[in-house]
Amino acid sequence: MRRTALLSVLVPVGVLALTVLAWHLVVTLGDVETYDLPAPALVVETLFRDWSILGPALWVTLKLTFTALALAVVGGVALAVLMAQSRWIALALYPYAVILQVTPVVALAPIIVTRIPDTQTALLVLAFVVAFFPILTNTAQGLRSVDHNLRDWFDLNGAGRLRRLWHLEAPSALPYFLTGLRIAGGIALIAAVVAEFAAGSSGAGSGLAFRLFEAQYRLNTPRVFAALLLLAITGVAIFALTSLLSAWALRNWHESAVPRDR
Amino acid sequence: MTAGGAIRAAAIVRLTSVAKTFANGVRALDGVDLSIAPGEFVSLLGPSGCGKSTILRLVAGLSSPSAGAVTLGGSPEEAARIRREIGFVFQEPTLMPWATVAANVGMALKLRHVPHREVQDRVAEALALVGLDSFAKAYPRQLSGGMKMRVSIARALVARPKLLLLDEPFAALDEITRFRLNDDLVRLWHEFRWTVLFVTHSVFESVYLSSRVLVMSPRPGRVVRDMAIPDAGRSEAWRMSPEYNALAREVSLALHAAMAEAA
Repeated sequence: MRRTALLSVLVPVGVLALTVLAWHLVVTLGDVETYDLPAPALVVETLFRDWSILGPALWVTLKLTFTALALAVVGGVALAVLMAQSRWIALALYPYAVILQVTPVVALAPIIVTRIPDTQTALLVLAFVVAFFPILTNTAQGLRSVDHNLRDWFDLNGAGRLRRLWHLEAPSALPYFLTGLRIAGGIALIAAVVAEFAAGSSGAGSGLAFRLFEAQYRLNTPRVFAALLLLAITGVAIFALTSLLSAWALRNWHESAVPRDR
Repeated sequence: MTAGGAIRAAAIVRLTSVAKTFANGVRALDGVDLSIAPGEFVSLLGPSGCGKSTILRLVAGLSSPSAGAVTLGGSPEEAARIRREIGFVFQEPTLMPWATVAANVGMALKLRHVPHREVQDRVAEALALVGLDSFAKAYPRQLSGGMKMRVSIARALVARPKLLLLDEPFAALDEITRFRLNDDLVRLWHEFRWTVLFVTHSVFESVYLSSRVLVMSPRPGRVVRDMAIPDAGRSEAWRMSPEYNALAREVSLALHAAMAEAA
């Protein structure tokens, strides 16, 4: 058991180390130009050297991502609960949720950016639109997946709509909601980056995507890679955070989170 | 051997010419008449798909008859009171997987606005009745099938029901567990004397547990035989006795006759 736990850390870390080593060797031995592919050490060095530019940009992107995610949780759950109350509400609203989802955020960006004067607000709206859908659909699915007999049992025991929602439907939907949250967390970051590319915001309030774009334009490839590295780390961190939250919330009962005895 | 007129007058549950046809056209029940007096343990015995469970759902108010009437007690006020005091045990344990054993049992009281302190005491009491006192903090997934069913029974008992409806609760269990739960159920019935309506497709189980066995015909279901079972003190010895076996044989023959008639 201990050995498996150790290996499950060592194997991915080892592969990562080998990949970075291979990258390093390709650049140094292959005589590759820095503006084509910077060495890993240079990328890390640039990350620290340019932190005064990249740090604030990361903060802007993080704020945007998490605000969009928080709004998506509130809006997605609220709409899912509303749709679970009545089939007619669901039928009336669902098409709009789908239309918003299937329209590419890149296509939507110019329309929204030109209509909302504040760029950060426009970006927030774009990231929200993208993150909102998986939370809505997963939560709605969860609310519909309540065991029929348990529903009957709650009726027999005189539970009203509110108490049934709180004591039965909400816990039943929790694993579904958490799946939605994991998906939404990842794509909220992507949406934040894509929206910023599309909107082309600049100046003091600009996020990582703009800095990446700007560095690319100036052929400052080490900084492009440093920004890319930050985005990747952020994405992994969001995934890890939402996965941990999910495992913690379901630790006592759900098959996905309960360790199996052999 | 039908129940007498005196019992009929004081019935807690009565079905009069009840029919039930589902939206897909299946006629589950047709012309069902039955009445149950307070304190009786009545088994509904019949082949799969004869509408036994449908009768339970009709009595519980989870479904309404296509024709005929389902009456509880003697007045609408009494019916409303009885309906609030129904304990229902499903074929599956039907527990909330996210809640502990104690929370599952306690939910029956919580939904009835029982104060928190009292909930704790009564849950402990109910779990003791089914021999699960030491599992209050366990989650359903940590329990065996038989133990889950005990939790389900404790959850039905904790609200002190007047009327207990059991829908083949032991069908999915192995025979040893099943016998033990049968004995538990009989013991508890002797102690509390609720009215019980018990759905089963096991001849031996129905004869062992009940004070009356109603034999049903295949779909559309109808009560074709009403047999009183003498209370000989349910015990392992009785299960082995010739009297018990003679009764089981008679019920079994009635069941076969009902099926042959339908075929």
